[in-house]
Amino acid sequence: MSELLKVPTMAEFMAEGKQPEVLFWVGCAGSFDDRAKKITKAFVRLLNRANVEFAVLGTEESCTGDPAKRAGNEFLFQMQAVTNIEVLNAYEVKKIVTACPHCFNTIKNEYPELGGQYEVMHHTQFLKSLLNDGRLTIEGGQFKGKRITFHDPCYLGRANNVYEAPRDLIRKLDAELVEMKSCKSRGLCCGAGGAQMFKEPEKGNKDVNVERTEQALDVKPEIIAAGCPFCNTMMTDGVKAKEKEADVQVMDIAELIANAQDL
Amino acid sequence: MNYIPNIIFAIALIAGIGYFAKNVKKLIRNIKLGHDVDVSDNKSQRFKNMAMIALGQSKMVRRPIAGFLHIIVYVGFIVINIEVLEIIIDGLFGTHRIFSSIGNLYGVLIGIFEILALLVFIAVTIFWIRRNIIKLQRFWKAEMTSWPKNDGNFILYFEMVLMTLFLIMNATDVHFQEMNNGNIISQYIAPLFSGLSENTLHFIERGAWWLHILGILVFLNYLYFSKHLHILLAFPNTYFGKLKPKGQFDNLEAVTKEVKLMMDPNADPFAAQPEGTEAPAKFGASDVQDLSWVNLLNAYTCTECGRCTSECPANQTGKKLSPRKIMMDTRDRLEEVGKNIDANKGEFKPDGKQLLDDYITREELWACTSCNACVEACPVSIDPLAIIIDMRRYLVMEQSAAPMELNNMMTNIENNGAPWPYNQMDRLNWKNE
Repeated sequence: MSELLKVPTMAEFMAEGKQPEVLFWVGCAGSFDDRAKKITKAFVRLLNRANVEFAVLGTEESCTGDPAKRAGNEFLFQMQAVTNIEVLNAYEVKKIVTACPHCFNTIKNEYPELGGQYEVMHHTQFLKSLLNDGRLTIEGGQFKGKRITFHDPCYLGRANNVYEAPRDLIRKLDAELVEMKSCKSRGLCCGAGGAQMFKEPEKGNKDVNVERTEQALDVKPEIIAAGCPFCNTMMTDGVKAKEKEADVQVMDIAELIANAQDL
Repeated sequence: MNYIPNIIFAIALIAGIGYFAKNVKKLIRNIKLGHDVDVSDNKSQRFKNMAMIALGQSKMVRRPIAGFLHIIVYVGFIVINIEVLEIIIDGLFGTHRIFSSIGNLYGVLIGIFEILALLVFIAVTIFWIRRNIIKLQRFWKAEMTSWPKNDGNFILYFEMVLMTLFLIMNATDVHFQEMNNGNIISQYIAPLFSGLSENTLHFIERGAWWLHILGILVFLNYLYFSKHLHILLAFPNTYFGKLKPKGQFDNLEAVTKEVKLMMDPNADPFAAQPEGTEAPAKFGASDVQDLSWVNLLNAYTCTECGRCTSECPANQTGKKLSPRKIMMDTRDRLEEVGKNIDANKGEFKPDGKQLLDDYITREELWACTSCNACVEACPVSIDPLAIIIDMRRYLVMEQSAAPMELNNMMTNIENNGAPWPYNQMDRLNWKNE
């Protein structure tokens, strides 16, 4: 696989006196988590393929503050937010795309009041718009006819009412989209939100991700599609806990589309 | 003429409505203990929400069986109350079925009331079976013991009795049965009383009439002490419900001020507080007074149906958190604070208790995934998540009492701009890996 990724930074664009059409906000998981980095790269390959003039902040990017805010640390959240907004505004960023629903929600909804107003898109929405504009084509490839179920990330679905963009993309793969018994606005959380990703769960009789994975396995999918790096981790762990990793893959929508085209 | 019944009726009516009004005043005072929030925006959207969600019951029908039965009871309640108007006029002026002079229309109206009364009776009986025989899980969670459990059943008994009295009243009204106009259901109940003398029938009819209206007045006054308050508060609650995307949490203004000051290179950190500025607010909530009045209105509106709890991922997997309990605890504590104020001549005397720990435990608060399933599930726009987050804010910002792993996460964000201990300078390394 060719790994010649074109990933220009905002600083490089600025040096040339140019503005990219969109800023790709990579997020902490997308930057550091081994599994999520693959999603980041898959998305970049798609951006490269569609000749999108995008840029990343690179080392100037910092946590949006989402996990701090959900944990109750409003101070830390606002410090992060104000710092990020300063950087984004200095580069006169207008449009942001991100593959993380938590970054998406925070920048889209909670930054404006603090002085950061941008058009923010989840990567599934952005890919959908590329598709609509004829800049990207989607082929089924290896996923043609496969049974795929989509796990709604809470911060994309319920939090922001985005349910269709990821599903439209899956349908474009000529795959068989099957819905879990609780989906869309009633989708069950993967268990990672609200800063749970970073701590052990409270005492109970089951882990949330196992419960959700069982719901997914009930519809006998070959692939569980996700649209969030944290959901991806939780569902992958859930599949492992059910010892189904040989039969069921957990993949981000961006990976599905990129892999279908052998990118 | 004998005016005694009229006078007794007037006294009962004034006492019933008066006591209720007194409690409504108390209710409003308690809700106002919360801090103010601006909800004066988007009036048209708010009216639309109220019309759709409260008046139109749009979220109730997400669960079709309960939703359908609930609509019957709801429509029955509203429509049959037109009859109460007649009862009040009759009671005050000593008339009998004053509206019957409108002729055929009266028969149509009473006919509708009778059909609805029967349907309500059936629906309420099914509700009772769901609670007590089928034992639907959400009615048998840990917080649904003692008073909350009894309260749920009392309401159902009340409604069964009121509907029965209404039908008996019509069935034993000889004159009304002779008119044969609108006695759609009661004509089948009348034969049960066929052997009785006209005097006895009149006595039963008067008895049912009096018990029916007195029952309604008692039920009205029961509301304040019951989860049944939702029949009134659902309307303001859906009006004042959250309009922003569910994922958007409010940015604490007090924090914004401090953060702006810290980020301003020209600010003098040692400058005295300008005059007129208030002492820094307490961050987050440890007691009901720290919550917003909308949160408190939410608590009074909750009818403990448990849809939130049954959708909660933490609750489904056996954790202690139940969003319904968050709302019930908030109301219970608010009532306790209200009683404290009543007992101390309008001043709250610290009682060594608070919402945090004495009602809601930290274990519950930290089990939340902030997934908004509870908010989505609530048929009357209650937001338990807002209370959970406000209480977490208190724990973290006032007490530094976050779980250790979360403290590590936050230290990482502070130091390296990521929740994990990676260097910010390595953020783009993935490009070349």
